[in-house]
Amino acid sequence: MQKVMMGNHALSWGALLSRAEVIAAYPITPQTEVVELLSNMCADGSLKAEFIKVESEHSAMAASMGASAAGARTFTATSAQGLALMHEVLHWATGARLPIVMGNINRAMAPPWTIWTEQTDSIAQRDTGWIQIYTSSIQEILDSVIQAYKVAEQIYIPAMIVLDSFVLSHTNENCEVPDQDKVDAYLPRFENAYKLDTEKPAAFGGLTGPDWYYELRYKIERDIQKALPLFEETGKEFEEMFGRYYGLIETYKLDDADVVLVTSASIASTARPVIDQMRSEGHKVGLIRIRVFRPFPSELLRKLLSGRKKVLVVDRNISFGMSGAFYAEVKAALYNVKGRPPMWGYIAGLGGRDVPMDVIKGMIEQTMKEDHPTQDIIWIGVKR
Amino acid sequence: MLEIRFHGRGGQGTVVASKVLAVAVAKEGRYVQTFPEYGVERRGAPVVAFTRIDTEPIYIRSKIYEPDHLLVLDPTLIAAIDVTEGLKPGGWIIINTEKKAADFPQFKDFKVAIVDATSIALKHRIGSKAAPIVNSAILGAFAKITGFVGIDAVREAVHELSPVKKDENVKAAQEAYDVAKAPEEK
Amino acid sequence: MSEEIKWEKESDMPLMAMSLGRMTVNKTGSWRNLRPVIDKEKCNKCGICWKFCPDVSIEIDSEDYPVVILDFCKGCGICAVECPKDAIGMVKEA
Repeated sequence: MQKVMMGNHALSWGALLSRAEVIAAYPITPQTEVVELLSNMCADGSLKAEFIKVESEHSAMAASMGASAAGARTFTATSAQGLALMHEVLHWATGARLPIVMGNINRAMAPPWTIWTEQTDSIAQRDTGWIQIYTSSIQEILDSVIQAYKVAEQIYIPAMIVLDSFVLSHTNENCEVPDQDKVDAYLPRFENAYKLDTEKPAAFGGLTGPDWYYELRYKIERDIQKALPLFEETGKEFEEMFGRYYGLIETYKLDDADVVLVTSASIASTARPVIDQMRSEGHKVGLIRIRVFRPFPSELLRKLLSGRKKVLVVDRNISFGMSGAFYAEVKAALYNVKGRPPMWGYIAGLGGRDVPMDVIKGMIEQTMKEDHPTQDIIWIGVKR
Repeated sequence: MLEIRFHGRGGQGTVVASKVLAVAVAKEGRYVQTFPEYGVERRGAPVVAFTRIDTEPIYIRSKIYEPDHLLVLDPTLIAAIDVTEGLKPGGWIIINTEKKAADFPQFKDFKVAIVDATSIALKHRIGSKAAPIVNSAILGAFAKITGFVGIDAVREAVHELSPVKKDENVKAAQEAYDVAKAPEEK
Repeated sequence: MSEEIKWEKESDMPLMAMSLGRMTVNKTGSWRNLRPVIDKEKCNKCGICWKFCPDVSIEIDSEDYPVVILDFCKGCGICAVECPKDAIGMVKEA
């Protein structure tokens, strides 16, 4: 079924098609429409889910954990301050190995109070052990919910799908809503092998000393790494079923590119016509859109960026005191590669500052002009 | 690719208008992207919304700075703000007004078309007397004047997206389509 | 009673901190340095000590008298404090 829908509703449809069984959420701009539509879907019976109205995002994640531990496929959504409020429970969901799927609308952190887009909210959660998928179209948002459940439930690691506030959450565009039958064939029922079961009593999360805590952490890392091949595998299966492929990254005109722009989300989308324009001007430029940020696709980036003349990374986030997060991590992945290319790190678009084509082009041109970067952070467009 | 900007006041259905156009164009098999000026909203304040239309998938996701055409749902905005900011020369400005196109000499670099969408909306009792909802009518006019979208698709989209008075809204769109015309000299 | 579960290596462990056995392997009675002693003469079989014991370490026998489960009683003394008949005394362990 073809529809024109907003990014927020694409999350709701993804949860509906994935047959989410429990939804516990708290409203926050710009996520509210996700939960409003899910609530309507529960009310009219199209979604057979338990809808729990909680009093805060911390409780939303706590309730989600209880539901997932009981064996229910669980979905929630939040943004910025709400995501931050859930922080300790995000760690808990990972440690408890609960494959919850959550939509996070990337909104800049306050103060000052804001509702516009920035990725720092989800970047600040990159250490929690959640899979992170950075989306760049309405269709991708819907499809990613379904794929996320398929990956998360095989490795018992929670997953968040993130999307730019307003630029994606409140933008309406063409979206194909897959058939429920096909989604059911792609995504089987959730069977939690470790669920709460009065027939098999157990105690969860108890005090664990230094002699065994370490091994449990090792298991988490070992399993989140499995998401790397799993995204490619489930992505191919998705393509066979629905005609669209979603892997760890997306490349555009990369093959013979000397200068590569690495970025994510909506900036990566606007970058495509910029690459086209610069190619028609004779420049050998290409694009890598990082879609899966956790686990970080280091090996793939090493393969694709080795041998390039120059690389620039554009971050719509900042880890204060260091640099943009994607820049730091792409650099780290390439560090041990002999003859690695010099890398420029740009910051743009914080707090929802628009990033039009000419700004992206300007960043690529600056990189092309310089032999090597002189700063770890290059701020674009600061009004001085 | 076409970039169209809508001007109205909060509560007049400007944002819905931009979405109805998108839905109509999508029904005709094209790609669309539509979004409001992002910010805090309240009734009566100027509202801006945007729709991109293309025959290819649309990747650009920044704001629209140089629209090709405008729809102005509330004529009082013309004195209040510069509705033509960034508008490409020769673009259409479709204004909801009882005046004539010649009454807008300040828009000489553009193509002006008028439709009395307010009267049409009042006639079909869409919205209230104080705050008629003019979006269905102005979209019907848009279809006729620009030819960028067919009236059948507009009627279907209006029907789908009208929360109430679906038939009245469709009639308003059709009536505006029937009466709208561009001035001969432009 | 159940056996204590011992792991040698990571692959022996469940996926998360999940203890599959029962806590009855942990004989907390060894923590005690005071033991409750119930005077049946004074006891009125009200069951308050059984209700208040935080460790579920008092049982009721077939004659309705409370019996302390010495394997698990930690000697906290709440039963003695709550007994309305002062029928429970706390005596030192040897």
